[in-house]
This record gives sequence, C-alpha cells and structure tokens, in this order.
Amino acid sequence: MDRILFGDNQFFGVNHASEDKARAQAMRFQDIEAVIGVLRDAYAEGIKTFMCTTHERMSGVCDYFRDNADKYPDYNFYPCMPYAHKYANAAAELGILGAVRSFLPDNNPLGALVKGGLSLARKDVEGLAKMLIDAEMKMFAGLKTPVVFLQNVATDFLLGLGFDEAFRIFADHIKDQYNAEPAFITMNAPRLYATLTKLGIKNPIICANINKVGFRMCGGIDAYAELLNNGDCRMVAMSIFASGALHPKEAIEWLTQYPKLRSVVFGASSRRNIAETKSLIDSLMPEAVAG
Amino acid sequence: MFKVGIVGLGKMGLSHQSMVNAHPDLDLVAVCDTSTYVLDVLSKYTGVKTYTDHNVMLEKEQLDCLFVATPTRYHSQIVGAALERNLHVFCEKPFALNPEMAYKLAELAESKGLVNQVGYHYRFVGAFNEAKRLLDQQIIGDLHHVRAEAYGPVVLRPKGSTWRSQSAEGGGCLFDYSCHAIDLVNYLVGCPLSVSGSVLNRIFSTDVDDEIYSTFQFSPKLFGQLATNWSDESFRKMSVKISLWGSNGRINVDRQEVQIYLRSNKGLEPGLLTGWNVRNTTELTRPVWFYVRGEEYSAQIDHFAQCMKHRTPTASTFRTAAETSLVAAMIRADAGKARTSVDPASVGTTSPGAEQRDSSRFGIRSIFGRR
Repeated sequence: MDRILFGDNQFFGVNHASEDKARAQAMRFQDIEAVIGVLRDAYAEGIKTFMCTTHERMSGVCDYFRDNADKYPDYNFYPCMPYAHKYANAAAELGILGAVRSFLPDNNPLGALVKGGLSLARKDVEGLAKMLIDAEMKMFAGLKTPVVFLQNVATDFLLGLGFDEAFRIFADHIKDQYNAEPAFITMNAPRLYATLTKLGIKNPIICANINKVGFRMCGGIDAYAELLNNGDCRMVAMSIFASGALHPKEAIEWLTQYPKLRSVVFGASSRRNIAETKSLIDSLMPEAVAG
Repeated sequence: MFKVGIVGLGKMGLSHQSMVNAHPDLDLVAVCDTSTYVLDVLSKYTGVKTYTDHNVMLEKEQLDCLFVATPTRYHSQIVGAALERNLHVFCEKPFALNPEMAYKLAELAESKGLVNQVGYHYRFVGAFNEAKRLLDQQIIGDLHHVRAEAYGPVVLRPKGSTWRSQSAEGGGCLFDYSCHAIDLVNYLVGCPLSVSGSVLNRIFSTDVDDEIYSTFQFSPKLFGQLATNWSDESFRKMSVKISLWGSNGRINVDRQEVQIYLRSNKGLEPGLLTGWNVRNTTELTRPVWFYVRGEEYSAQIDHFAQCMKHRTPTASTFRTAAETSLVAAMIRADAGKARTSVDPASVGTTSPGAEQRDSSRFGIRSIFGRR
C-alpha cells in the first residue's frame, strides 16, 4: 500500500462541514473531466492510488485510465463498495428485496431465482453477495485494483447486526476472484478489529477516522491508540483534518505519534492543496514503521 | 439490560436492529416482519429469534420494550398492543396518522408511566440542538419568521410500488418528509396555531403528494413557511434546513452547521460576534458508542435506553409527535379547501379585509375540537 492515497468525497459533493461547500463541489465536478484533471494533478504530485467509491460516475474515470494506461503504468484503484445511497434510495422506493433484485443481473440464473422470490439457503446468500460484488467491480475491469474496501455504512451495519459471516464472504471473494486484498472502512475500528480477529482474518487493512479531535472515532481515542500501537492490523487514517476543524500541519504532526500507521487518505480539489498536504506528510511522516 | 423486540424490518427497522444489537444496555431478543426472506437470512446469520406476527412475539417473549418500524398505517395498532402489555415503545415517525389516535396513545403511555419516543432523529442532530439552545436564550431577539425546508431524492419517476407511494398506507411527501420539517419547527419555535395557503402537489406520484407548501401562524407577530419536495435529486440525500429571523438577527441551521447573524451580541453569548458566526458539526456533535449512518440515529437509541434506565421523559415523545401529526392534518385539510380567486376587475375597488383572511385559515380547533 502507498503511504498516501487520494480520496473522492470532494468529487461527490460530500462535505461534512457545509452544505454550501458540498453544492459548490458538486457543481465544480459536474463534468467528469474536472475530476480527471484533479487526479492528473495528484499524479503529477506523486500520488498514484485513487481510493474510489463504486459510484456509476466513476466509470468515466476508469475509462480514462484504461485508455491512457501507458501514461499511468503504476496507477492503482482501491474500489470502495457499495455506493450506499444507491441501495438506500432503491430500498426506499422498491423495498429491501426489490432493491436487491434491481441490482442483480437479469441474465444470471441465480438472479432469476432470487427475482422469482426463492427463499435463501446459506449458499444462496453467499452467491448473492458475490454477484453484488461482481456488479460493483465491473467498471474496474483491466485496471489495477490490489486492494478492495467494504464501505463504512455496509461494514458498520453488518458489524452491528453481528452478521460476521459477511466479512468472511467478502474477504474470500475479493482474494479468490480479484487476487486482491480485502479491506474495511469503519467508524468503529476497535470493535471491527475484535470481530475480524475472532473470524481469523489476519492483519486486516482497516481504514478509519483518525484525528486529533476524536471526530467519529467510536470506541474512543484511547482504544484507537491501542489499535495503532499494538494491533495486528494495517491502519489507514481518513478524516485526518476532521472535516476542516484542524489545521493541516497540526493534524499531521499529531499523527506522527503513531509510527505504525500505514497510510493516509485525503481528498483535495486544487493542485496547491494537494501539493501542500503531500509535502507535509512526506516531511513529517515519510514512512511507516513495520508492525 | 433491557430486552428489545423490533417489528418491521425495512430500511429503518434493520438500521435500528444493527444499533440496538451493538448497545451495551440493550439485549435484542426477537424481530418480526412479514418477509420470511429477510427473517430467514437474519435468523441464520445473526441468530436472532424471528416472528411473522407481532402478537405472537409479544405473547411469547418477555420484552421490556418494542421498536415499531412498520409502514405507518400499522403504527397505532402495534404501539397500542405494546403499551397494553406495559412495554416502553420507540415508534418510527410519523407516529399515528390520525392526530386523535396519536394523542390517545400519548395519554395511554403517560398514564402508565411508560417511556415513549418517536424517531424524529433531527432532534438529536448537534447543529439543531445548538440552534435550540441559542433560540431559548433569545439570541436573535423576538422571532418574526421561520422557514422550514426539506428536499431530497425519493420519488424520481412516475412509478413506485411500496407503501410510501400509497396514501392509505401513510405514504406521500407530507408524512415522509414534511413531518421532519414540521417536527423541527415545533421543537425550535413551537406548534403553529393555524395554517393557510397549503398546497399538496404531485410531480411524479399518482396517489400521493410529492411537494408541500404551507404558511404557518404561531402568534400575531410570528409567521412561518414550509416547503418540502421529495422529488429533488439535486440533493444527494434528504436535507432539512430551518431559517429563522428575529429582531436581533437570523439563524440558518442544517445538519452540517449553524450560521448565526447578529445585529448585536449584547453580551448574551460569549464567543459570538456582531455579524456572521458559523459553528459546524465537528464541534457540535457529541461522540456516540457505535456509528452506522449518522450520530443522530445512534444518539436517539441511546437516549431511549437512558430514559428507560432513569425513567425520564424522552426528547421526542408521543405527545410532541402527536402535535406534528396534528399540524400535518391541518395542512391536509387546508389544502383540500377551495382557493380564493380575485376578479381582476374588482382589484382596487374592494379590500378582502381581515374577515376573509381569518376564515381562510385552518386552525387547531377546526381539526381537533377539544384542544
């Protein structure tokens, strides 16, 4: 995993601090060319991994990097699935089952069975999950996807339910089908780590909010410190600026107390901001200490 | 530990299940839904006990409380059955559609001393609570106008097969979206005394409303406007915004931030300046024990658990939800009335006057005689 990963919230009008800023970003990145322009800037600054939601808009970005593979031979996508609002909106309109059905391929025999209302036996849930994962992965065909994340809404929903087997199904399918490392985004890292350990998923990649003010670090900042210092896991820090509450230098200096922290993901819209944040990380926390 | 049952496993029921199951003071015992498909999967993979009939579940399980997240039409019947068995109840919004029934259930819960809460989760958003705190100390002086807006992407095509698209089931933007905005207005400002100029308009739906507009009156000098539309996909998800104007400035508040403009701070609130001030979610949000989809969803469940523990009233009771249902019913009744049209030839020669204005408003008394 690279030290610095590029995030995508800014491209979708996701801003946890302001609805107005979110809308301004949605307008600015209306044209997928604007998104690609920022990714080119990030690449020019040396950021070669894009941690990217499986939103349908991203297929334009995938097309660009496929068509220009010679210019970006070392470019990685870390898909983050599923794009939860797609499912949530469909569930509100079609019901839970209707939503699942609407995302299954029509030509698949299992899809047809589920659409026919077949009650699910154990094997069928696994098959269903695999089909949904494959549907989300489709747009990345031909691109390098060495790490695939389960989005936090899905991870945390399943974690709360105690639907632990889902993590194993996801991990196995990502390894077997895509020869990639399964990874998990969560707002509840200490609890997730305990569950993954119980399942025997070793040295997992866990991406979570890690910031000086403890914003969305459920379980408490001390439990996160324990995980960062002594956990048998590879931690990726997101929301390091706590939605703009922290000054970049202050935020990154605070992270240096965790030498085993593997990677940092951040999003930015201007080349200047990308360059500033990258150079702060490069100078203050050049590489992780092997755990 | 409080033993919990959940009825209705749609989007909200499942989300409650996840958070209840992760709560240290709550013990999820059983769930109930009509879909055996969902029940089979949950039973197999999470080990929870499942039922297809809530009466059987209530009969067989020794529960302390019940979460009700069925389509709205079934709320009052299930809530009533739970209260009769002396269970504390958390019911999804918009509680009972019929305000009279909503008040009856509130009285029943209160008379039995049972903890009762309705899932108006915006009451648990840090920014709205900060706005309430500032309003309670009259930071922007005497209020004269409040505007409540809710927009989002629910119905975007002339199609739809769930209960949300059927008026008899309690569907429609009025009950799904407007109720959140109304409830927040009630929470921040109080219940309007009358509504007028109400519009329930259809954009895509055939059986229910997709957008709602209404004018509220709270007092002789305080008016409000409601604008809600669930067919607006320019919003990524539901967005609720309340704007308030007072003699000393204004407040705009949404889930992300509180914007405060003060004509003068007058030493009321340290840290606020004359002119614009912004406080955002990072500083206003309190940590929760478990996060799935927004702190407020976790916080409202923890609040319910704490209220059961300490036997205290909740911040979103059956009674406040009944008031919200009442305002929704007033809007519906007002929208059904004939509209006043003005003959262009008569403009300037007669004045509509106060008499006509009064008769065109829909007040609490006209809906609900005994209040």
